[in-house]
Amino acid sequence: MTRQRRNNHFIFILMTVIAVFFILPFLWIVLTSVKPEAEVFSNNFLPSTIQLDNYIKLFNKIPFLQYLQNSVFITGVAVIGIVLSSSIVGYAFSCIEWTGRNTLFYVVIATMMLPIQVTMIPIFVIFKEFGWLNTFKPLTVPMFLGGGAFNIFLMRQFFMSIPKSLLDAARIDGCSEFKIYWKIVLPLAKPALATVAIMTFMFVWNDFLGPLIYLSDKAKGTLALGLGQLAGQQQPEWAILMAASVLMMLPVIILFFFFQKYFIKGFTMSGIKE
Amino acid sequence: MRVKTKNNFWGYLFASPWIVGFLVFGLYPIIVSFYYSLCQYDVLRVPQYIGFRNYEELLFEDDYFYTTIWNTLFYTFVRTPLVIIGSLILAVIVSKAVTGVKFFRTVYFIPSIISGVILSVLWMWLLNPEYGLINTTLQFFGIQGPLWLIDPNWSKPSIILMSIWSLGGGRMLVFLAAIQNVPKQFYEAVEIDGGGWWAKFKNVTVPFISPVLFLWFILEMIFSLQVFVEAYIMTKGGPLNSTLFYNLYLYNKAFDDFDMGYASALAWLLFIISGVITFIQFKVSKKWVFYSDGVEK
Repeated sequence: MTRQRRNNHFIFILMTVIAVFFILPFLWIVLTSVKPEAEVFSNNFLPSTIQLDNYIKLFNKIPFLQYLQNSVFITGVAVIGIVLSSSIVGYAFSCIEWTGRNTLFYVVIATMMLPIQVTMIPIFVIFKEFGWLNTFKPLTVPMFLGGGAFNIFLMRQFFMSIPKSLLDAARIDGCSEFKIYWKIVLPLAKPALATVAIMTFMFVWNDFLGPLIYLSDKAKGTLALGLGQLAGQQQPEWAILMAASVLMMLPVIILFFFFQKYFIKGFTMSGIKE
Repeated sequence: MRVKTKNNFWGYLFASPWIVGFLVFGLYPIIVSFYYSLCQYDVLRVPQYIGFRNYEELLFEDDYFYTTIWNTLFYTFVRTPLVIIGSLILAVIVSKAVTGVKFFRTVYFIPSIISGVILSVLWMWLLNPEYGLINTTLQFFGIQGPLWLIDPNWSKPSIILMSIWSLGGGRMLVFLAAIQNVPKQFYEAVEIDGGGWWAKFKNVTVPFISPVLFLWFILEMIFSLQVFVEAYIMTKGGPLNSTLFYNLYLYNKAFDDFDMGYASALAWLLFIISGVITFIQFKVSKKWVFYSDGVEK
């Protein structure tokens, strides 16, 4: 028993040491962001005084509130679009028996393997022809069209666990498929909806390549894009960059502390198939 | 019969958002992308068919192409095993029922939910040769740290280091879930035979989770081949093109030079390279992946 105890102590110390490697960089961003300018380029870990100048400078340097608004809009619409459409499509692939269902589901799975580079250029050309460049449409409208293979897969898995007899009973009572989807399946599927919503929020909020390709107009930029531009300067202003990073990751971290369960579910689901 | 027709109607209706999406943003782009790769195309004028000229130029005349191949394969083959082994070690450590283990899992996981842009900016600053946290710490122990992103020999390892730190915790959760599914009696059997933790890990844990490990070897390789944001933000491909990765080059060709035909050819070659690597992995997997239900997949 004492050996077991000693092992546990060892593991605890090991975990603490590793944790330091993960926590220190985050602490350092926050500390850099409140350092007076003169102390940024020094080897002192702690600032002599805490001040918020860098945050004020950030607001003067880039249209932060505009970017925030754009990011919130794009992310919000994308979350609604993906949750709605992946659940509708997931319903088709689990709760209704139709000819061609299984074949098409293989196609859904196969699209996961497709590298985005192959489709990226023609899709860019499509949006250009539509006149959608420099609008939020390329980043929002496609979200209503299926919601991505992984999300459809996740919804389908969850819907399969709903007893078939429940749906059939509703059908015998004369419920339409829409009503069953909306009134019976969706309320039961809240955990799946929450997982998809959280994962979508994270991906779209953090996305860089999409806005980079479609939003070249500065006023249309997102936070990720704005941060990327700030970092691309010849002489990066580290304290301001760190302040921007803190503000941009804050929503994700706050969300994480409230909905940890769904983040973890989303990440583990992505790794275990069948 | 009537029920079947009705079901088909509702089935296709509910699946229609995906069907439309797949046709417009999946099938059509794949076909067109291949056509573009056989064309000279600058978006402004209609594509001019030139046969396999883009591929010839890529393979026989473009020195950058081989630079990007080397950089990307180096990144892929060094990073993939390191990320998998690193996150597996983390998963084994946090699978023990020790006080505070939930807290530690959370701490390791947090970088995985942060934007790649933020992580890139953070690591540029951490790796700053003079004032960065890493070299400052090394100096404290009397070690002269390298120039990291500024040194062509260290730039790729720097980005790999960053990606292990950022991704490790997310993969850890995946492996942790797999480890927790391993039936306990197998560990007990090893204990009865007098085996220690290494015997348990090697003879029980690894075989049992090998399908998950295999899946992630494949996914991680595909992700690595697509590395982009880190290089775009941190190095722009430099110094001396040492971080000019495949996708960065493709992006530059497509959206800086608007050479869409050439970029499409690049995309197709990447698709083929990913396919070949995945195929080889499936072949090799027969030697080490173990399915507990006895079915080979």
